[in-house]
Amino acid sequence: MNKSKLGLDQKKIESAKQIAKNIADDVQDFVNQYTTVAVERSLCRLLGIDGVNSNDIPLPNVVIDQVQENKSLSEGILFFLGNAILETELNPQQIAEKIANEDFNICKLPIRDKASIEKAIMPYINAGVEKIKKNVAIRNEYLSRLGEGNKPYIYVIVATGNIYEDAIQAQAAARQGADIIAVIRTTGQSLLDYVPYGATTEGFGGTYATQENFKIMRAALDEVGEEVGRYIRLCNYCSGLCMPEIAAMGAIERLDVMLNDALYGILFRDINQQRTIVDQYFSRIINGFAGVIINTGEDNYLTTADAYEQAHTVLASDLINEQLALLAGMPEEQMGLGHAFEMDPEMENGFLYELAQAQMTREIFPKAPLKYMPPTKFMTGNIFKGHIQNALFNVVSIWTQQGIQLLGMLTEAIHTPFISDRYLAIENAKYVFNNLKNIGDEIEFKENGIIQKRAQEVLNNAHALLSEIDKVGLFDALEKGLFADTKRSKTGGKGLAGVVQKSENYFNPFIEIMKGGNK
Amino acid sequence: MSGGNYSMDKKEFDKILDLKKVKPYGDTMNDGKVQLSFTLPVPCNDEASEAAKQLMKKMGFEEPQVVYFKELTKGFTFFVCYGSCTHTVDFTNIHVPKVESNVMSMAETDEFIKQNIGRKLVVIGASTGTDAHTVGIDAIMNMKGYAGHFGLERYEMIEALNMGAQVLNEDFIAKAIEIKADALLVSQTVTQKDVHIKNLTELVEMLEAEGLRDKVLLICGGPRISHELAKELGYDAGFSMNSYADDVASYIAQEMDRRINNK
Repeated sequence: MNKSKLGLDQKKIESAKQIAKNIADDVQDFVNQYTTVAVERSLCRLLGIDGVNSNDIPLPNVVIDQVQENKSLSEGILFFLGNAILETELNPQQIAEKIANEDFNICKLPIRDKASIEKAIMPYINAGVEKIKKNVAIRNEYLSRLGEGNKPYIYVIVATGNIYEDAIQAQAAARQGADIIAVIRTTGQSLLDYVPYGATTEGFGGTYATQENFKIMRAALDEVGEEVGRYIRLCNYCSGLCMPEIAAMGAIERLDVMLNDALYGILFRDINQQRTIVDQYFSRIINGFAGVIINTGEDNYLTTADAYEQAHTVLASDLINEQLALLAGMPEEQMGLGHAFEMDPEMENGFLYELAQAQMTREIFPKAPLKYMPPTKFMTGNIFKGHIQNALFNVVSIWTQQGIQLLGMLTEAIHTPFISDRYLAIENAKYVFNNLKNIGDEIEFKENGIIQKRAQEVLNNAHALLSEIDKVGLFDALEKGLFADTKRSKTGGKGLAGVVQKSENYFNPFIEIMKGGNK
Repeated sequence: MSGGNYSMDKKEFDKILDLKKVKPYGDTMNDGKVQLSFTLPVPCNDEASEAAKQLMKKMGFEEPQVVYFKELTKGFTFFVCYGSCTHTVDFTNIHVPKVESNVMSMAETDEFIKQNIGRKLVVIGASTGTDAHTVGIDAIMNMKGYAGHFGLERYEMIEALNMGAQVLNEDFIAKAIEIKADALLVSQTVTQKDVHIKNLTELVEMLEAEGLRDKVLLICGGPRISHELAKELGYDAGFSMNSYADDVASYIAQEMDRRINNK
C-alpha cells in the first residue's frame, strides 16, 4: 500500500499490531498446552479414518470416545494409533473398524517405546500431507488453466437443505457470475460434537456439512467451472464444536474458503472459549497448508452492537485474528478478515462512515482478501429499498477494493434466497463493479474531512481497546463483554469437557510439517 | 382475445372508490394494477412468456403484461409482470384481532407498573428452536432497542433477560422458572418449511405439561407472526413487523395489571 488516503498514522497501526501480537502470544501459550476431542478426531481423519459404526456414529468419534473413556486422551491419538499399528500390523482405518466392531481397546495394549511409535505412524501422516498437497496442486492447475473472477470475488449462498438441489442452485449462480459458493449449514450443526456422515437431503435453513456433501458440491463446481471458464471456489463453515475436523475434511475434498473464527463461536454460539481457541489453532494450521482462505466473523458483532459506535471493536478483533492466524502459519493472502456495511441507513453521512471504515480496513490489512458483509440488520422487508442498500454496499466495496463480497439479497430477513433473488443480487454487483471499476484510483479524500477523521478515530479507539484487552488477556476480556456487548465466561459454554492437557507423550507432527508451508 | 374482456381501454370501469369493492390502485381508482415477479422452470422463449401470461390470467389478472424476462440458468426463466386484478375485497367487513392495549412511552409504562403492580416485572426472551437470528428479540429487548425505541432492558420497572438464539424450549422454560418470569417472549425470524409453527406449538404444549401455561404471559413475535396466528397457537399475544419494545411493554404492563388486579 502506498501513501494512506486516510492520513492514517503508520506508527499507530504498527503499535496496534504489536499489541495484538502480545494478546495472541498470550493465548498461544495456553493453546500449546492443550488438545481437544475435535483436534484428535481431525487427526483420525487426516490419517484416513472415515465411515460410521452400526449406530451411525462416525468412526473418528468411536475411536476418540474410547480413548476419552480410558481417560488417556492427554497422550494423544497418534501415540495410541502408532502403538496399535506396531501391535496389530493394521492401518488406522482397520484399527478404527476393529474398535467399532470388536472388543478391542486401543489404550490397553502393551506400550512400545515412543521412538518406534512415532516411526510407525509417520507413513500415514506423510500420506495425509501428500493428499492435501495434491489438492493444492489441482487447484493451482485449475487457476492457471481456467483463471478466476476479478476481485472482489462474488460470494453467494445456497441453502436449500438438500445437497442435490444446492448443486443445481450453485451451478446456476456460477453461470450468473458467482465466484464463490457457500453452502450454508443447517442451523444447529455448530453445536454437534460430531460430523454427520453421507449425502443429506434434509436440513433447516441450510445443508449438513458432511464429507460426501463436500464431494458432491466440489464435483458440481468443477463441472460448471469448466463450462464458464472460471474456477469456482467452494466455501463451508469451519466453526463450532467440530472446527478442526471440518478443516481436515475440507482439505481432503478441496474446499477453497472456510468461515473459521473462534471468537464468533464464543460470542454467538456460546461455545466454550478454551475449547474453540485450541480447536481454531489446529484448524488454521490445516487451512493455511491447504491454501484455504479463511473468513472471520467480525461482521456479526454489528448485528448486536451498533455499527457506528462499535466500529472499532471490529478492527480490534480483526487485528487479533490476524495475529492468531499468523501464529498458525497462515499467509496473509489467505486471511479473509471480516467487516460489514451495517450502519443505520437513516444516519446522515452514513455512507461516508462506511467508506472510511472499508478504506481503513483495506489499508491496515493490505494483502488480505477482506471479507465484506452486506446490510442485514436494517433490511426491512422493503425489497426495493433493500436493493439500493445493497447497491451502496457494492459501491463501497469496488471503491475500496475489498477481496470477497458476500452479496446482499433484496429479500434478506424474508426467506432464504430464491433463484431470482440471487440473480438480481449478482446483476446489481456486476453493474456496480464494472461501472465504477477504477473509482478508487481516481478519487482522493479531503484532508481532515469527515472520512479521514472518522478512520483515524476508529483506529485510535481500536488501539485503546487493544491496550485494555492486553492488560487482562483475551479470555478475561471476553468475560467482560468487550465484543458484541456479549459476556462469556472462561468455563461456561459448550464443549469444555472435550479439552485436555497434553502429557509428555503427546506428539503431533502435522503441526510442524504444515506450519512449514506447502512447498 | 375473448370479446375484448381483457382490454382496459374498451372497458368502462367505475372510477369511484367503493370500500365494499376495493382493488389495487396504480394511478387511477379501480385500475387494479399489480406488479409481480416470479420464476418458471421452463426454457427462456416466446412460449415461456405466453405461459407467464396464462398463469397470470389464472391468478385473476386482466391484461397480463410481461415487461421483462431473462434466463436465470438453463431451464429457468425469470419474469417481471404487470396486470390488473379482477378481484375485490369488502373493506367494510374486515376484522383483524389486535393486541388490546394503549401504547405508552417507556416513562409511562414504568410509572404504570409502579402504580398498579408495585414491583418489577420479569420478562424473559429468546429466539427458540433452530432459528439463529437474534435481530428480532434484540430489537425488543436489548438496551439500545431499534429505530429509536429503547428496548426492555432499559425499562426501570422491567427486569429483562435475553437468552439469544437457538435456545431449546426446555432450556427456555427452565430459565423462566428459575427467574420467576412474568412474561415469556419468543422470537421467530427466519423459518423454513413452517418450522416456526411446530416450534411455537411445542412450547405451548410443554408449558401446559408443566402446569405453567396459565401462570405466565406468553407472547410471540416475528415477521411471519400475527396476533391472530398467535392466539390460534395458544399464545396470549403476537407481534408482527413494525412492533417495538413500547408495544410489547405496554401490553405486558396492562395485561399483568388486568390479571393481578382482576380488572
